[in-house]
Amino acid sequence: MSLLRDSMNAIEKVKAISWPFLVLVTLAACIGFVSLYSAASGSMQPWAASQMAKFAMGMAGLVVTAVIDIRIWMRLAYPIYVVSLLLVVVVLIHGHTSMGAQRWIDLGFLKLQPSEVMKIAIVMTMARFFQGATTDDVKNPLFLIAPLGLLAVPVALVALQPDLGTAIMLIAVAGAMFFVAGVAYWMFGLVAAGGIAMLPVGWHFLHDYQRQRVMTFLDPESDPLGAGYHITQSKIALGSGGVFGKGFLHGTQSHLNFLPEKQTDFIFTLFTEEWGLVGGVALMTLFALIIIYGYFMAFQCQNQFGRLLATGIIINFSLYIFINIGMVMGLLPVVGVPLPMISYGGTAMLSVLFGFGLLMSAHVHRDVKFTRRGFDMA
Amino acid sequence: MNRDMERYKEFSRRALLVGVGQAALFAVLGARLAYLQVHENAKFQTLSDKNRISTRLVPAGRGEIMDRFGVPLAINIQNFRAFLVPEQTDDVEGTLDRLSKIIPVTDDDKQTVLAQLDQNRPFTPLLVKENLTWNDMAAVELNLPDLPGVSTDEGEARSYPLSKATAHIIGYVGRVSEAEMTDDPVMSIPGFRIGKSGVEKKFDSELRGVAGQIQEEVNVVGRAIRELSRTEPKKGHRLTLTLDADIQMQCQERLAQEKSASAIVMDAHTGEVYALCSYPSFDPNLFSSGIPADTWEDLLADEANPLTNKIVAGQYPPGSTFKPITAMAALEAGVDPNTHVFCPGYYTFGDRRFHCWSWNRGGHGSVNFESALCQSCDTFFYEMGHRIGVDAIAKMAHRLGLGQKLGFEIPGEAPGLVPDQAWKLRVSKQPWQQGETLNIAIGQGQTVATPLQLATMCARIVNGGKAVKPVLVRSIEEEGNQVPVPETLGLRKQSLDIVVRGMDMVVNDPRGTAKRSAITEAPYSMGGKTGSAQVRRITEAMRAENLKPTDIPWKFRDHALFIGFGPVDAPQYVTAVVVEHGTHGATACGPIAHDILLAAQKRNPSKIHTVDDAVDEAVAKKPPAIAAKPPHHKKAG
Repeated sequence: MSLLRDSMNAIEKVKAISWPFLVLVTLAACIGFVSLYSAASGSMQPWAASQMAKFAMGMAGLVVTAVIDIRIWMRLAYPIYVVSLLLVVVVLIHGHTSMGAQRWIDLGFLKLQPSEVMKIAIVMTMARFFQGATTDDVKNPLFLIAPLGLLAVPVALVALQPDLGTAIMLIAVAGAMFFVAGVAYWMFGLVAAGGIAMLPVGWHFLHDYQRQRVMTFLDPESDPLGAGYHITQSKIALGSGGVFGKGFLHGTQSHLNFLPEKQTDFIFTLFTEEWGLVGGVALMTLFALIIIYGYFMAFQCQNQFGRLLATGIIINFSLYIFINIGMVMGLLPVVGVPLPMISYGGTAMLSVLFGFGLLMSAHVHRDVKFTRRGFDMA
Repeated sequence: MNRDMERYKEFSRRALLVGVGQAALFAVLGARLAYLQVHENAKFQTLSDKNRISTRLVPAGRGEIMDRFGVPLAINIQNFRAFLVPEQTDDVEGTLDRLSKIIPVTDDDKQTVLAQLDQNRPFTPLLVKENLTWNDMAAVELNLPDLPGVSTDEGEARSYPLSKATAHIIGYVGRVSEAEMTDDPVMSIPGFRIGKSGVEKKFDSELRGVAGQIQEEVNVVGRAIRELSRTEPKKGHRLTLTLDADIQMQCQERLAQEKSASAIVMDAHTGEVYALCSYPSFDPNLFSSGIPADTWEDLLADEANPLTNKIVAGQYPPGSTFKPITAMAALEAGVDPNTHVFCPGYYTFGDRRFHCWSWNRGGHGSVNFESALCQSCDTFFYEMGHRIGVDAIAKMAHRLGLGQKLGFEIPGEAPGLVPDQAWKLRVSKQPWQQGETLNIAIGQGQTVATPLQLATMCARIVNGGKAVKPVLVRSIEEEGNQVPVPETLGLRKQSLDIVVRGMDMVVNDPRGTAKRSAITEAPYSMGGKTGSAQVRRITEAMRAENLKPTDIPWKFRDHALFIGFGPVDAPQYVTAVVVEHGTHGATACGPIAHDILLAAQKRNPSKIHTVDDAVDEAVAKKPPAIAAKPPHHKKAG
């Protein structure tokens, strides 16, 4: 069987792609297009059309990524990590200023956000690192020094941007991968305890506006026209939507511009103001189906790299969702994390679809066996 | 292979745990969404509406004020205004400069507009100039293509056709001051005017009407997106006064011959005020459009107090016009109506001599009530005061309307003062001195009264002792002002007749102090009482110098007063006239009282009852002084 997979040609590999999964992803993207159409008050411009083009590009990329051999991706894991790090450094030194933080590199057709690329790179790196580790290896604390170092460098650089949201996501996604890779429970307990103890120190290192965001999160009504404005208006929009919503293109909060950033970070609010609880639950169900399907594919993998890669991609995807939706509903502080597949933005769309491409590659090459070093084609 | 099975089992366990965690997070998000959208829906629905719905008020037209025959005293005229919408022009200053070549826009106006730029949203129209003439308006309209952002509209401004003649009665309107701010949201409409004095102030709530409301959907910057609902404004009530514009004008013109004077004409039986004049006056139209600072300074600095309504707020020692009260008090206290007192020109009280004004010519001789009033004999009233005491006089003064606010419809009524024993004890902790009673009896001392109170006193004596009060409002909209039928004061007819006869003789007897003011034109007639009130105490030295009034500076001369009524046989109209520093009631006020009582009797406004009569009358007399209405004009821009 494995030999057969090894010798599959491109056509066979394309056929091996799980098309139902792509249908679910496309459905989510369509909800995005509809929402962006509404965000522009019933116009394809300036967001929906552009988003569609990006989606088409991303889907093509997904298929290409999926047919490329999983072992090649494993070999590219560390190089991609290094390139991502360099990109993060580049925006740190020279980048466009946006919202007080330097976050993107203008590639002309795309404003590349290295922090989005870094999220995929960290998943690949961790999968790469743990693929050759035995259960005993991962129980050994000394063995974990290297991956912790691999995580610490990008987290520190991203936090310097400063992009707290991405830093937290990197830690969370890597932590989850440590967990599924089999790191001992007590170590998580230790890290959690240490983390809590370090909170006051961390607070000291936060920028003023970041502290403000946290304070505002804890008591949004304290500053209804300042930093708490976004959350207050978002909750008004959501809450006033009710069970069935105000109707497509009839969201008053969104269309009268009370809702800020409605095409990016607050698109879930726009969607649920117009489609109500019914729409919100439907969208979350769709996300849940994508995640479950992702796990289903991860479980089918015969190799540790594929499993970890697939799981990391799924966890990364679900973290976007939890942080974004939690934020717009006032459960989390405002951090700039988009809603995957829905929010307007090329890098996020392309990096999510690239991630799904890797997931699909793991699925297509699920029977591939690795040697301990993993480099030889078996 | 074994190694991978082990890893796979560990992975599966751990992945399942992560999956459970994710499911729990999904559940939390779902629950939160349901909580916000179901449980808190009503609250957020309200907040959302509050966000998006803006209520704009449309001011209601202010109610007009008319005289008793429908002659307009306060009306609304078109107020042509020019606005600038900053976002519609690239160059605000340039547009203003071009506009200033067409209409008179001063540098101050420009600065005002420029200062407002930052405080308002760019689509908010800023007022550049109001009270434009029809020609200015047309010129702006014609040049609109060259004036991007400029728009015009037609608001309402208050106008007072009789201007100075009714200023003290009607008052004026002005911008709402901070102190006048109430919860009524209409107050915050830009350019909203509120009654500041006179009837405009007193009846502001009736005149104001009910503002209309426009509900609009607005976006986050407040720009209106569409109209949701609209209620039309309800115009304020129309106020009809008891005033007769015709008599009012004649009266005001007559007073203009003096430096500072006031006069009131009212109905002896109903208290309806036909004319109420205070001179000098001011132009209330200046106030509604915004009075220039120097004009305002001049008004404040004028020693003749043009801003004061002297009829209600001027308090004067009544002087000899008080004597009818002393006479009434004595008669009602049981003094024999036929009592005679000999006047040698002075009255001896203890070791003091109280002079009668006739001292220089050797006294009035033997006088009774009628002839004492007729000649204003001080000696007679000293004796009466001595006999009945100050409290009896004070009580009668109160019954006849002095020493109290009469509840008149013009704000700023002064209470006056009628001293008695209790008052003095309270104020100065000193017991009353008998000598003071004598001064009170002839209207000197601390007694002060307003012309309104003096006219009321006169009315109560000549109407047969009914407690009439002055009334200014005839009807509000169609609703007649229900004035209660005045109660009787319980004064004896015999006493009243004696006092009225005495006042008749003041004018119509050869000995009378006002005999030169008698109305000789049949069937008209008048009676009255003269008075003069000391402004500065006359010392013996001054008496010795025998100063002529013209030698004394104007503001130290005595006030001249007169109360009068007519016709004598069936009194219908009463008047009170005060000429400040006019020296003698007979010479300064008598002729004025003559003129206005004659005018009132000739016109006889109390006998014209129907509106038709009134309209005929008004049309025949003079056309109302309202500017012809320019053609209707639509908002442009």
